[in-house]
Amino acid sequence: MGLDIRWPIGLMFALIGALLTGYGVLNRVAAVTQVQGQEVNIDLIWGVVLLIFGVLMLLGAIRGGKTPPAA
Amino acid sequence: MEPIHLHKIDYTILAAYVAFVIGIGWMLSRYMKTSADFLTSARSIPTWVTGLAFISANLGALELVGMAASGAKYGIATAHFYWVGAIPAMIFLAVFMMPFYYGSKARSVPEYLKMRFDERVRALNSVAFAVMTIFASGISMNALAKLLHSLLGWDYNVALWISSGVVLLYVLKGGLTSAIYTEVLQFFMIVLGFAPVVWLGLKDVGGWHAMNHSLQTVATNPAALYLKDAGTTYAANAWTSAWQPVLAGPANNPMGVDWFAMIFGLGFVLSFGYWCTNFLVVQRAMAAKNMTAARNTPLVAAVPKMFFPFLVIVPGMIAAALMTMPDKGYRIPPPILSEAIYAKAVAAVKAADAAAPAAAVAAVHDALGKKIDDGKIASLIAANAASKLTDVQIKQGLYNSIAENDYDGVILSLVKKYCPAGLLGLALTALLASFMSGMAGNVTAFNTVFTYDIYQAYFAKGKSDHHYFLTGKVITVVGILLSICAAYFASMYNNCMDIIQLVFGFVNAPLFATFLLGMFWKRTTGTGAFLGLFGGIGSSALFHALTIAQGNAPGIKGGYLKVVSTFPSEMAQNFWLAAFAFIACFTLTLVISLATRSQKTDADLKGLVYSLTPKIVDNNLPVYQKPAVVGVVLLIVCVILNFLFW
Repeated sequence: MGLDIRWPIGLMFALIGALLTGYGVLNRVAAVTQVQGQEVNIDLIWGVVLLIFGVLMLLGAIRGGKTPPAA
Repeated sequence: MEPIHLHKIDYTILAAYVAFVIGIGWMLSRYMKTSADFLTSARSIPTWVTGLAFISANLGALELVGMAASGAKYGIATAHFYWVGAIPAMIFLAVFMMPFYYGSKARSVPEYLKMRFDERVRALNSVAFAVMTIFASGISMNALAKLLHSLLGWDYNVALWISSGVVLLYVLKGGLTSAIYTEVLQFFMIVLGFAPVVWLGLKDVGGWHAMNHSLQTVATNPAALYLKDAGTTYAANAWTSAWQPVLAGPANNPMGVDWFAMIFGLGFVLSFGYWCTNFLVVQRAMAAKNMTAARNTPLVAAVPKMFFPFLVIVPGMIAAALMTMPDKGYRIPPPILSEAIYAKAVAAVKAADAAAPAAAVAAVHDALGKKIDDGKIASLIAANAASKLTDVQIKQGLYNSIAENDYDGVILSLVKKYCPAGLLGLALTALLASFMSGMAGNVTAFNTVFTYDIYQAYFAKGKSDHHYFLTGKVITVVGILLSICAAYFASMYNNCMDIIQLVFGFVNAPLFATFLLGMFWKRTTGTGAFLGLFGGIGSSALFHALTIAQGNAPGIKGGYLKVVSTFPSEMAQNFWLAAFAFIACFTLTLVISLATRSQKTDADLKGLVYSLTPKIVDNNLPVYQKPAVVGVVLLIVCVILNFLFW
């Protein structure tokens, strides 16, 4: 099939990662969870993780040499 | 527990996910030209994709919810479902069985049975499979819609129809390929959505060692957490060692199983029966682009599968550990009770006479209708008498005093505890993704079996491919509608669903014996297989009618004819039932085959039976692609994991 699944996976996680990161940066209170009495801005941390994952998938797709099929 | 409140960011994440899965179906729709494209992906998909889809199709919402529940109830021994169960079976499928499934050019597992035996065996298997898939899908949908209703306050019907609608959209557009591709996306969604919850939970309990330390307290007095009846006690490692408590005998582990039932019943019969013969998962491997890819599919799947216990079982262990730490303010949710019941119980607390605590506790107990912690209720009543508590405080007190756990709520209670807005959306999307992957798996397996093995075989032979292509599409819609009906059915008659699941158990338990003999002994005849299978199903029903698990009353849980034997737990009863059914089916098939003549010649059986099929030569493959080599390496890693958690 002519679709490289890494494109949609990469795009989706990059998008969700960017959303979470942005939310974590802008909402220092709402994005925080309490763990062992410490505050962890998990949205920011996990947003960055997802963003990196998404970008890696996209890089894989690009290196795979396939272009995203025109919608 | 109050419903979880979602924010805009959460809905945005959910919407992004839905848009992407539907988009994938849309992009693939133009490749769907023939029934083979739609129903079998025309054998065109790369290994890593089929491999991840292989586990994702199995990773329904029930597995996520159920494994976390068992993690709390039984601890790390739950990992046996992976390290004793799934992994060895997946390796066996890859190395020994896949060559026949893929090499025979069968389009489904029932079709393989027809080629190997005859029409009767196919009919029995395909009809049983079609019915079971619909009910399995319905049961899981019902469970999820209920969960979303109780925890998010979503309407049951809306949750059910919208999630089914999304699955319908992308499966109808892109067929099996679309289901498989989205399953890969869902796989990453599930892993990346739940991993932060596990990480935060572990951090909160103080790390792995601190968690295990707390679980030692749990093991010595599980009644304190309402995990077991008062007075039950286990060795300190009962929740943290996978093997020692099992080897010490059924009375010494919370599962109540012995090593034979664990290894033979679960590890051999149930797991091999599921992973090697269930078309739902085997179909993913059969969609691979060539024989090597097909054989490597279960092996690729085995790698993440091996480490899944850390994602799905550890949350349950974290939950049990958290309950031993009063400062965390956590409990495994009690059974869900309506507001009206709580209101009645709050009134009972308010009206209670603190001077006569026993009568007051009894009144609260009657109002709640659940087992309660008398001591906690008595102190709640005393606290209310001393200084008037608010209704909310009393309700919270009641919530904490219910001496029963609803283990299915474990995973979402952790999501609620640790996820702020944003991450919450991600975790819930992961839960929905698991639900959708499970449902799409069921539906795509159902439409293939129904179209090829029931419709084409018995109702409309020799029509054009376009006819079957359209039939496949119609059956997809019908399959989803039937699943929705099954979900409503499950929501209305819980008892009937128990019976149906029981019947599944009877049908599935002996199946692996038929495949094992069929694939590896050319003398096995169609009559032997057919009657052996019936005999196996019958003997599992008989076994169930004559045995019971401790604490159950004779009836639907077994022993309705006569109680000949009592097992320490339901799990032990199930494992032994499977072992018994397998042996019965194996023996019957063997004996009847020897007494009957095979209708098939050696030429007919070429490619279907081990001894008559040329061995696949892997010399031209690099070492890391040789299924036998990879299989052995994976098996070694699996053994190491068993020892690490010995």
